[in-house]
Amino acid sequence: MTDLSHLRRDFPILRREDYGHPVVFLDSAASAQKPVPVLESMDRFYRSQYANVHRGAYKLSQEATEAYEDARRRVASFVNAGSPDEIIFTKGTTTALNGLASSWGIDHLEPGDRIVLSLMEHHANLVPWQLIAKRTGAELVYIPLTSEFELDLNALRATIDQRVKIVSLTGMSNVLGTIPPIQQISAIVHAQSEAILIVDGAQLVPHLPVDVQSFGADFLAFSAHKMLGPTGIGVLWGKPELLEEMEPWEGGGEMIATVGLYESTWAPVPQKFEAGTPPIAEAVGLAAAVHYLEEIGMEAVRSHDLELTAYALDRLSEVPDLIQYGPTDVTARGGVISFTLGDVHPHDIATILDSRGISVRAGHHCAKPLMADLCLAATARASFHVYNGREDVDALIAGLHEARSLFGLDEG
Amino acid sequence: MALDELYREVILDHYRNPRNRQPLDEPGAHADGHNPLCGDEISLDIRVEGDTVTAVSIVGRGCSISQSSASMMSEAIKGKTRQEIADITARFKAMMDIDTEGDAGLDPERPGSVLGDLEALQGVRKFPVRIKCANLAWTTLDEALSRSSTP
Repeated sequence: MTDLSHLRRDFPILRREDYGHPVVFLDSAASAQKPVPVLESMDRFYRSQYANVHRGAYKLSQEATEAYEDARRRVASFVNAGSPDEIIFTKGTTTALNGLASSWGIDHLEPGDRIVLSLMEHHANLVPWQLIAKRTGAELVYIPLTSEFELDLNALRATIDQRVKIVSLTGMSNVLGTIPPIQQISAIVHAQSEAILIVDGAQLVPHLPVDVQSFGADFLAFSAHKMLGPTGIGVLWGKPELLEEMEPWEGGGEMIATVGLYESTWAPVPQKFEAGTPPIAEAVGLAAAVHYLEEIGMEAVRSHDLELTAYALDRLSEVPDLIQYGPTDVTARGGVISFTLGDVHPHDIATILDSRGISVRAGHHCAKPLMADLCLAATARASFHVYNGREDVDALIAGLHEARSLFGLDEG
Repeated sequence: MALDELYREVILDHYRNPRNRQPLDEPGAHADGHNPLCGDEISLDIRVEGDTVTAVSIVGRGCSISQSSASMMSEAIKGKTRQEIADITARFKAMMDIDTEGDAGLDPERPGSVLGDLEALQGVRKFPVRIKCANLAWTTLDEALSRSSTP
């Protein structure tokens, strides 16, 4: 058993009580809570080191620049990038994917080309490609799921051919918890086409060890706020030769080498992709979050997720009328559990749980095509991070029994 | 939080057995309402003859609050004049409004005497994130009424 219960005290917000109940936070897939070291790092930075980066000749700006670039090194090491220059700071996963679509997509897609996505993509890895498909005349093709809620690899094999220029897939579904086998997918994509493989790592990177050098993706996007860090910053990692080749998707300060009246040249990677004043304190906070996760160890984070998810699936299976949507093989998934409960609408489930201090998400989870495929309008979703334990699952189960009884499910 | 103030029996009854679902014989004024945040959907048809709403058809899917509100509304407005419906709507919205402290002119001595079953939704006001659910059918009704030809 991976016991991380001692970490709970690092998260001040978890001391909160709502309606007389200690808060049970089960919505980390939407955004995770922040430990004291992250809060303090940003506070300390603003109090003692803050200035704009890369442009001041004075000491404060040098220190701020050093802190910002140190964050880049830490993030690079966290995902085992070959060099810190492969780490581009963005506003978040959504900005990173939109940037890729509007730069790489526009420059490489022609009418008849194909963009391959899966049916379980978050809107952030779906709508940008719809926009770019419309502008370039490229076609979107969706890989379906198996009855076990896993990516259908046979369908993928049958779909990937020379027409495919971009494959963009989630690293972990924010609805089903499904973790597609990226290495295997990469082998298929790269053997059967010239396409690049983009991974939306928003759910994956906060929960599993990721080594970009053996992972198989060409680009990986993720957000700080789901990995115990601040909002407003995310990362795009890319293979160095692809980053060199790619045009910037935003122009402004910081990203230029020279600027003339009619033409400009770009700064080297990664500055080429960081127009304007970046989220500096947020980078410092992200570095602290990365350090915090490394201290725990991503293997331990994964074991904890696996054990807690297995426990939760087991307990949820005892609740009558509850249907769980996601792989039953716990090793093929993360700590995100979507479910419905008889005819109790997920929105009602969320209200009933909220009255007991329990935070879950109800709705379509920004994955409407997936919900349509599952013939569902909404699910309730519980998701975990390092601060959750079995007692949180027990509270959830007790709340679900109350929902059953309020809706009279025990009487019929 | 007093969940039993929210999930009254009459609400669950309308949720499970929604009234006035059958389509209208002749098409009338139509409006769709949806709440993109939680996916609640309402599809409403009304027939207005002279000044009176003579027929209502309402179907939808969503949570118990949005769907029971729609069902109860359909009963409350059928056979009523525009003026009467405007009055019911104003009272209902006042009942849902946090700022008016629920002063919809209800009579606490005689529950149900002013808005009928709809008064069961009073408790929603204590759950601010759910007020939108309760109001969905009513904003859809406003739209349908404004589309129906005025006498």
